[in-house]
Amino acid sequence: MTTIITEKTTTEEVNDSAKKAVYETNQLNLWYGSNHALKNIDLEIMENEVTAIIGPSGCGKSTYLKTLNRMVELVPSVKTSGEILYRGRNIFDHDYGVEELRTRVGMVFQKPNPFPKSIYDNIAYGPRIHGIKNKKILDEIVEKSLRGAAIWEEVKDRLNENAYSISGGQQQRICIARALAIEPDVILMDEPTSALDPISTLKVEELVQELKKDYSIIIVTHNMQQAARISDKTAFFLNGEVIEYDQTDTIFSNPSDKRTEDYISGRFG
Amino acid sequence: MRYIEQQAVVKRMNGRLIANSIFKYVFLAATLVALVALVILLYRIISQGMGHLSIEFLTNFASRFPEKAGIKAALVGSLWLMLVVAPTSIILGVGSAIYLEEYAKQNRITTFIRMNISNLAGVPSVVFGLLGLTIFVRAMALGNSILAAGFTMSLLILPVIVVASQEAIRSVPGELRDASFGMGATKWQTIVKIILPAAIPGILTGSILALSRAIGETAPLIVIGVPVIIQFLPAGVMDTFTALPMQIYDWSSRPQPEFQNVAAAGIMVLMAVLLFMNSIAVIIRNKFDKRY
Repeated sequence: MTTIITEKTTTEEVNDSAKKAVYETNQLNLWYGSNHALKNIDLEIMENEVTAIIGPSGCGKSTYLKTLNRMVELVPSVKTSGEILYRGRNIFDHDYGVEELRTRVGMVFQKPNPFPKSIYDNIAYGPRIHGIKNKKILDEIVEKSLRGAAIWEEVKDRLNENAYSISGGQQQRICIARALAIEPDVILMDEPTSALDPISTLKVEELVQELKKDYSIIIVTHNMQQAARISDKTAFFLNGEVIEYDQTDTIFSNPSDKRTEDYISGRFG
Repeated sequence: MRYIEQQAVVKRMNGRLIANSIFKYVFLAATLVALVALVILLYRIISQGMGHLSIEFLTNFASRFPEKAGIKAALVGSLWLMLVVAPTSIILGVGSAIYLEEYAKQNRITTFIRMNISNLAGVPSVVFGLLGLTIFVRAMALGNSILAAGFTMSLLILPVIVVASQEAIRSVPGELRDASFGMGATKWQTIVKIILPAAIPGILTGSILALSRAIGETAPLIVIGVPVIIQFLPAGVMDTFTALPMQIYDWSSRPQPEFQNVAAAGIMVLMAVLLFMNSIAVIIRNKFDKRY
């Protein structure tokens, strides 16, 4: 694999100046104990775009993603410095409730992780914890979310079945629907297709294209073709640093850094 | 050059196969020893006690005359005891387990606490009896009441419940926590809606097995000074009482040979209670068991 031909099916001509940034990361540093995992990250992530984060294992890309909704704080002994502005507000501010942030920023994980409950209860979980009890409203949210995740037709007659009774690819789309049910602004995806077969992967990729009309999506992926196929912008991480961040076309056709070129052409990583 | 000679392998094959089948029978024998011992025990108890087991045995109070002796006070006393032990030990045990697994920071102190909870589970029950005598019977002046005995038994089985609940909580996959936190759930919502429902089979199984240990324990009751011969039923938790193992212990230490049969009948009642509790544990485990 020496060159990657980027074919983007739904790329419209993007006019950056009209779009607003959802995330502005300024001089972010992060340590796991004494391990300096993220170094002076500066990134601006635009709304209604798909931003891909690529890089070899251990480069900090998942860490960065989990910092965006502060899930990284579940790991003991994490320290951060610098700031991440979400819609202009620093998420590390003491009065910024982490629960509030996470209702605006949904997350889809690497391994499908539905709850051992019915499909309906999985989707309704988010709305319920945020206080919605009305059955009719919940029904509507469940249908809307499942439609949003393009899985309504497949599961509409099985809403009361356990979410573990469906296939892994369907489970992952249930997890996406579950994230949509809290009506987020941003969806973070941490290698969402790495545990799926090619057909399910394709479905999730199509879904991402569909979702970016309404949401801003940040996706970590190991699969460079995937980044090339579905993202508008790509950030290349290496050893905790952002080496290059640009339009996906540019990154894959004309990278400015030698290390980016080496990585995307498969010379390491 | 090859390291594994085919001929040498064939030559050694016979010995390996013999050892293979010998060990199968060694392990079978080990199982049979335990089984045979159990069958002999059961046979002895049933053949001795069957003659005494009757409705009157369940509805009579203790008596000097073996033919009139009944187990009513002890059976009801044991049920009262469970009424105190079950809520006390389960609430405290599950609460501590949740704290240790979900809230406590991982440092040397919590590691030390964890380790010692496991050690506590191995402390002889008579030591817990002395503890109960000092704290509940004397210091808190509860006397030899159901409450004092119940608290003592709760302390005795608390470590078992904490450890079982910790195991159950720990076995809930971390991805489920992540998913819940990722949607903006608080820790408490995550515990109540995700972790406890997933952990409940393990917690209840462990708790019921611990309770059945409590119902069969004698030593702490003897130390506390629980009486044996009681001719009335307790009306509340502050009343004095007697329990199944106490009654059995008393009957089996009496000189008249007939009382040995009465004791055997008592053991049958105790075993029936234990069997009943254990089968509840099995039913709960099967009913709530979920796969991830």
